[in-house]
Amino acid sequence: MSGRYIVGVDVGGTFTDVFILDQETGTGTIRKVPSTRPDQSQGFLAGIRSGVETVGAVATVVHGTTVGTNALLERRGAATGIITTAGFRDVLEMRRRDRPTTWGLWGQYEPVIPRDRRLEVAERVLADGTVHTPVDVDGVTAAARLLLADGCQAVAIVFINAYANAANEEAALAAVRAVWPNEHVTASSRILPEIREFERASTATLNAYLQPVVADYLERLQDTLRGDGFGGDVLIVQSNGGVMTVDSARQVPIRTALSGPAAGVIAAAHIATSAGFPNVVTCDMGGTSFDVSLVVDGETALTPETSIDFGMVVRQPMIEITTIGAGGGSIAWVDRGGLLQIGPESAGSDPGPVCYGLGNDRPTVTDANLVLGRINAERPIGGKLARLDAEAALAAIEATVAKPLGLTAMAAAEAIIRVANSRMAGAIRLVSIERGHDPKSFVAMPFGGGGALHAGALIKEVGLAGALVPRFPGVTSALGCVIADMRHDFVRTINGLLDGFDVAALDREAAAFQRQGLALLDRAGVSFEGRDTLIELDMSYLGQTHTVAVPLAVGDGDDGVGIERAAIRAAFEARYREVYGRVLEALPIRVLNLRVATVGRRPKFDLSILAPDAAASMDAAGRGVRRVYVDGAWHEARIWDRLALPAGAVVPGPAVLEQSDATIFVEPDLQGSVDRLGNLLISRKEPA
Amino acid sequence: MIDPVAIDPVTLAVLKGRLEQIADEMDATLFRSAFNPIIAEAHDASHGLYDPLTGDTLVQGKSGLPIFVGSNAFAVRAVIDKAAKAGGVAEGDVYIFNDPYDGGTHLSDFRLVRPYFRDGELVCWLASVGHWHDVGGNVPGNYNPAATECFQEGMLIPPVKLYDRGQFRQDIVDILQSNSRQPGSLYGDLNGQIGALELGGRRLDALIEEYGVAVIRAALVELRRRAEQLMRANIAELPDGTYSAEDWLDNDGIVDEPLLIALDMTIAGDRMILDFSRSAKACQGPVNIARSTAVACCYVALKHVFTEVPANAGVLAPIEFVIPEDSLLSVRAPKPVGGYTETILRIIDNVFSAISLADPARGNAHAYGTINALSIAGHRADGRRWVMFSFFGGGHGGNPVGDGLSHGNAPISTATIPPLEILEAAYPVRFTRWALRPDSAGPGRHRGGLGAIYEAEVLEASAEAFLFADRGRHAPKGVAGGGEAATNRFYFDTDNGEARPPMASKMVGIKLKRGQRVRIESPGGGGYGDPFERDPAAVARDVRLGYVSRDRAASDYGVSIADDHRVDAAATQALRGRGAAS
Repeated sequence: MSGRYIVGVDVGGTFTDVFILDQETGTGTIRKVPSTRPDQSQGFLAGIRSGVETVGAVATVVHGTTVGTNALLERRGAATGIITTAGFRDVLEMRRRDRPTTWGLWGQYEPVIPRDRRLEVAERVLADGTVHTPVDVDGVTAAARLLLADGCQAVAIVFINAYANAANEEAALAAVRAVWPNEHVTASSRILPEIREFERASTATLNAYLQPVVADYLERLQDTLRGDGFGGDVLIVQSNGGVMTVDSARQVPIRTALSGPAAGVIAAAHIATSAGFPNVVTCDMGGTSFDVSLVVDGETALTPETSIDFGMVVRQPMIEITTIGAGGGSIAWVDRGGLLQIGPESAGSDPGPVCYGLGNDRPTVTDANLVLGRINAERPIGGKLARLDAEAALAAIEATVAKPLGLTAMAAAEAIIRVANSRMAGAIRLVSIERGHDPKSFVAMPFGGGGALHAGALIKEVGLAGALVPRFPGVTSALGCVIADMRHDFVRTINGLLDGFDVAALDREAAAFQRQGLALLDRAGVSFEGRDTLIELDMSYLGQTHTVAVPLAVGDGDDGVGIERAAIRAAFEARYREVYGRVLEALPIRVLNLRVATVGRRPKFDLSILAPDAAASMDAAGRGVRRVYVDGAWHEARIWDRLALPAGAVVPGPAVLEQSDATIFVEPDLQGSVDRLGNLLISRKEPA
Repeated sequence: MIDPVAIDPVTLAVLKGRLEQIADEMDATLFRSAFNPIIAEAHDASHGLYDPLTGDTLVQGKSGLPIFVGSNAFAVRAVIDKAAKAGGVAEGDVYIFNDPYDGGTHLSDFRLVRPYFRDGELVCWLASVGHWHDVGGNVPGNYNPAATECFQEGMLIPPVKLYDRGQFRQDIVDILQSNSRQPGSLYGDLNGQIGALELGGRRLDALIEEYGVAVIRAALVELRRRAEQLMRANIAELPDGTYSAEDWLDNDGIVDEPLLIALDMTIAGDRMILDFSRSAKACQGPVNIARSTAVACCYVALKHVFTEVPANAGVLAPIEFVIPEDSLLSVRAPKPVGGYTETILRIIDNVFSAISLADPARGNAHAYGTINALSIAGHRADGRRWVMFSFFGGGHGGNPVGDGLSHGNAPISTATIPPLEILEAAYPVRFTRWALRPDSAGPGRHRGGLGAIYEAEVLEASAEAFLFADRGRHAPKGVAGGGEAATNRFYFDTDNGEARPPMASKMVGIKLKRGQRVRIESPGGGGYGDPFERDPAAVARDVRLGYVSRDRAASDYGVSIADDHRVDAAATQALRGRGAAS
């Protein structure tokens, strides 16, 4: 590595956040510049330039990208075709025979690949891997040519039972590659050799659909950086929280589907662990949603599958993020049964809350926070507006919520916050208490601009130990980019009974994945502190369709990693008991999938480089007082410049702490204390 | 409005979410731990909290099977009555039963009902219901289209104690297991349901710790009152009048005669009367249902129309049901009820039609209207028995805002279909088609969604198939001028070529040899609005994508499509002009 800087870049809808780590001086710099659309690389470069003397001095750029996410959500992927087994071209459109909502039958579904671009060829593999019909290679070539003539830029090959034997898919892949003019060809067994045809088809198809978009973007980005003298590496954050090379990202762009949010969770885990809180619930409150994720013992939780939208299923390991529709822009309303509801409808950021004055007249959570004095009308965060219209917000709350409920406007504003808080608390309970964790051993970590307004209430409502507000809640994802490890995931369906299947073969298979993963780490040209291999089996009792993930210890062997039958059984029973409280004697145990992850641990930097200035003082941080409304009464709250507070400062509630991209509210019965790293810990006031 | 009950509206809104979360979590824990795919994948289960005195539904999980939202209250009521006769209920009791005449649905659905006490006082009931894999009877999987008595459908267990004052009664489980072809699966599902009830109890403990019993009770009463208010507001928006709908079941599987299901829905201010008097009398075959099932499925239909009403008993308060005692919608033991799904789907279709007559902006056309329960069973070369049992999907109806969903699940269910790769890995079958069915959707300004074609062949020397379905002769209807969908068709290979069931949609004992196939072609949904008003460009797209044939584009939609898939404007004008004149 030549340069001195490692740069993390998170491109959001409004701002591009940049975190620059200077490896020589051990200092960190934060920059926020406007995002540029449609070409994000311009804002990207401007952000980096604003913090380094020359781009040539940058060794590594690590990027959390929403290009893939947005292309999926807005359906702006490339024209793509599917070549599939005769009789099965509708698998993608038929999904798993679900519907968008439990109640109401008015939903629709439009697959990203229309039916006339889903072509069938003769071929068939049986469930046991036997080739029933060899693939018609000429038919594949003809199908590929038809798709090209129809303007397709990418193609996915999805054959039934390809997870059990990929021979037909591989032959088809070679045939397509021979005529396809670019690299955007995805074979389902290469990206997900796992049983379940719809999930595999959806994942492979969405991958192909993203390939041209993400590849173009990364190419443009690299060109822009190189044109400015950059000679280092670009790494991309995956949805699993690990980073990969640009080459990998071009092949499997689907792994970037949740790249940005994943980087945020990675940062939260590191910040909280460094502050002495390895158990965290991260809370990202945006305009329309509230995202929570669980970190236990410093480790993020992964989920094997997620839906980007109805029927848009991505089956790849991802950081598990649970989303509910309760954000700052969520609209408060009273239903015809007289019950106060928050969301799911949202005013978003445009027109946004009533107080933005951009045309919305239905009150939102942000309007309630403003009316209650928790947000500063003269100093709106984000920098887009000069001031907020508190009178309009109050009038909207009065008309829409207070009158129908028979409350005063102020009581109605508090009610909006209380109901919104209870919905957010429900999301936290879902990922903590419902997973068997004791909330008393967890802290909430709010990030994003609005989360810290609610964090205090949430710790009381759920019974958490406290809330830890990172020093820069608005740039958490950029920070996470610099922290993230490199990670490669592999999966293979086994589908055998524990008492019957060939454990030695499984052992060899796991070792092969391990070698493949370590080779990818070697090729990346990145220096690691250490390397780990994680092995898990998806297991169940015979007859169950849901599996539990069973971690196995990884050992050494000549051609294996030391997996043994007895150890698998013991690990399964321990895990099953943990999840369901009981094991079931005498029932056969099934091994569905083998999962292997290789992780290259990147060096972590010391967060103390972000700590408050030693010269900071309470006096300099004070910004006077403002009235805030809490529990039915007005209180005089102290207002603080958050970043000017010294380490060790204790701020008793009621108080409001302001910084450019976030507002923190400390309720009257809570206090905030600044730790040595500059985090603010909100907790119950110590008894006087 | 000022709240008359001593609970403030904000606490109420908070507690509503907390209580629903408890029921949801009970659902989730059973889905994850269940053994049979009908619960684990198809979510054929449900949980909730019920009134201590009446058994009325107070709170129900959002992710369980919709039909149970209505029927569980009757199940809890049955336990309350039984306990009263036996001298009362005690802390630590848990009842188990599947009597469909006292709790709705069919014998496959086993219910566990547990009183929840606090400080020695009964606060509410918790219940868990789940569809077990096999509960005995003549047919594996219990969908026996030839049943004439419930005894041919499986074991019938009245409410008995699974736990007596906390004491687990293994003898009950022994009885259950020895009456099932799948005792291991049964044991696993039973454990999952016990686990869900335990979890619900723990969560209630914590909630009461936080708020106190009095507040929780007040909230439950108040939530019910508000649900009623919400439902009355919805009904009042429909114009007063009587709206009638008729539809038919193909037959009962025993006698090949159509069975009329008729509804006269009267709206009078904020009240609704659902009168089924004109429907057929009780029949010999298993398409009868208990009265409680009829009430429950009307609730499901109305909740699909008024989606925001909560899942509690208050919703039913403004509704009067008229169901004669000799109706096929109000039978008692031992009339067979195993095919209840077909009958309640027809009732739901009628409710959609009647609502659409009252207000076309609120109604949607019929969905595919049959569960298509297909079981293929046999023995492997090594003698092991195998039973593949699954439900198959079809199209949803066109509606005021758009076309219907293609290949959706039944309105009474949120079931997903197992992946064909999972079925092929588990059973000796090979699917040869898994596709959308062209021309299966009802035409309309907004057409129905498409049904599906599923075709599979047997890989073992022999097998036997059973089909329980409907809509073989009476297609899903359109509303507001929309047309009918295609009927349901079933085909099976014989030594003399392809054959269809003599009774169209129900058949037992279909013998299959290696390499022989069965094929389901399911209905789409009915159409919404006049098909001649459909945008010709949308019809052209349907033809290009193969959803609609060119012939049907012309005959159903009056749109002429040229060879290049473009609309022939002149020819279309001629067709549509003629259509309007006729």
